[in-house]
Amino acid sequence: MANTTVHIGCGAGFAQDRTDAAGPVVDTLIAAAAPAFLIFETLAERTLAQAQLRHQQPGGTGYLPAMLNFVGPVLEKCLKNGIRIIGNFGAADPLGAGRALREVMNRGGFSDRPIGVVLGDNLLERVSPEEIRHWPLEGAVQDPTVARIVAANAYLGAESIAEALDRGAQIVITGRVADPALALGPLAHHFNWEWTDWDRLAAGTLAGHFLECGAQVTGGYFADPGMKDVPGVADPGYPIAEVAADGSLVLGKAAGTGGLVSLATVKEQILYEIHDPAAYLTPDVTLDITGVQLAAVGRDRVAVRGARGLARPRQLKATVCMAGGWMGEGEISYAGPNALRRAELAIEILQARLAKLLPSLPVHFDIIGYSSVFSSSSGPRRPFPEVAGVPDARVRLATRGSDRRLVERAVAEVEALYTTGPAGGGGVRLQVTETLDTASCLIDRELAASRVELL
Amino acid sequence: MDPSLLLVPLHALAHARAGDKGNRLNVSLICYRPEFYSYLAEQVSAAAVAELFRARRPTAVKRYDLPALGAFNFVLDDVLEGGVNNSLCLDKHGKGLSFLLLSMQVRIPRKLVSPTPASREVALDATTPA
Repeated sequence: MANTTVHIGCGAGFAQDRTDAAGPVVDTLIAAAAPAFLIFETLAERTLAQAQLRHQQPGGTGYLPAMLNFVGPVLEKCLKNGIRIIGNFGAADPLGAGRALREVMNRGGFSDRPIGVVLGDNLLERVSPEEIRHWPLEGAVQDPTVARIVAANAYLGAESIAEALDRGAQIVITGRVADPALALGPLAHHFNWEWTDWDRLAAGTLAGHFLECGAQVTGGYFADPGMKDVPGVADPGYPIAEVAADGSLVLGKAAGTGGLVSLATVKEQILYEIHDPAAYLTPDVTLDITGVQLAAVGRDRVAVRGARGLARPRQLKATVCMAGGWMGEGEISYAGPNALRRAELAIEILQARLAKLLPSLPVHFDIIGYSSVFSSSSGPRRPFPEVAGVPDARVRLATRGSDRRLVERAVAEVEALYTTGPAGGGGVRLQVTETLDTASCLIDRELAASRVELL
Repeated sequence: MDPSLLLVPLHALAHARAGDKGNRLNVSLICYRPEFYSYLAEQVSAAAVAELFRARRPTAVKRYDLPALGAFNFVLDDVLEGGVNNSLCLDKHGKGLSFLLLSMQVRIPRKLVSPTPASREVALDATTPA
């Protein structure tokens, strides 16, 4: 049976994911002795734009700096056991990522193992920012025609990933690709699926959709005590899909780990970030999940079949990232008798001050809280029983603007409450961060000339 | 209210997960048991969800039905205060809004609300061969 399926494990589901999750996945893949691939999804819209900003600085790293943290612990094991790795670590500089990994592999005695780099998603290589700002961009807050374009990337499909694997790449590094393509690429390569075999491409895309968020399908982001309990919740094993040539699959997870694979965890992930379940658009296929059938087939094993595919969309989705402005946040806490009234008074004071000093900035206020002001590091995390009513009332101010100094000026008003605000305010925290503004549009496929370079 | 019916939060009957794309939110709603599906289908309408989220001023709410999965998918337009890059909210992605949906009150026949904790159902479907 082992040779009739290909196993695809996931080692990370986002850029800030755990870097020690891939180890047990790799050990499980080795023990199964089936053809196996390991994927890493680490590239959110924002991650890529930040990488582009770094890449524009002299000496700045345009790829994901954490790449080696993710790959390092399992690289040698994977290479020695024929497990090929696919990851979108490339961000703004897939070639740079490939070269960095080339050096590491050469030093480790793997200079003969090819690295495939998928290029072509970066639209700024072929189109000027001038032209892009006049595309029909949707979703931006600011006017794109006057914004500073930081990044413009097309979502590539799985074909170049499959091509890199066909040409012998042991590691494939991409920039922006549709997340499920990280799994569809190796499946299409292994089973030699046609790029018009819509049902199989849909099944492979669904496999990728389950895997791309790491532990989100294995009991991560799932626990709700008393309602949905997860065993070993602190260490959920990351997922592995065992996929057959017809696209049907069994979802499981790394052996010897915590977490849970159940009908419920799989249902939560199947609809994650889906809009029309009959038409999930990807570069490779239009996926219809309305006929998908799930069956529990053992402990932490769920069988999935019935994904249907329709022809791929004529155009590709592109994301354009523009420099935004500055976001400011300030917080201060009140606790004990009359805390809520004092928090509300703090907000009234801030509103009055900001209306006078900085009337152009939008402001947002929250009151947050349960147990903090009276707590101890060794005590229980509960409000003090003798204090009736509202436990903690933490005031949060949020604002944003294009001028950093004005945003800093606004949040400084929260700190000034130490001497000017209501009685008993404490625990001020201020934060000012740069924002990015993203928009999307559809582009002709010819604009994103996907290609593979072997290193 | 009909004495054979019980008013319960959706949280007792279903689980949910939210996802964001720009200023658009999707929230899945998944029944713990297949018997709940028709009651939710009747009461958790797109209009009822729009009303529940009124503070976020949705411009459109659409419900997709997935009877084979015992689930629904709600898509709410323009409820994320501009989306992750621009929202001034604490939870810019709106990830916690799944639990706003689960706070909705629904009527369900008393006889269907099992004393068995729902978590048992989740655990069972993980281990029972189909």
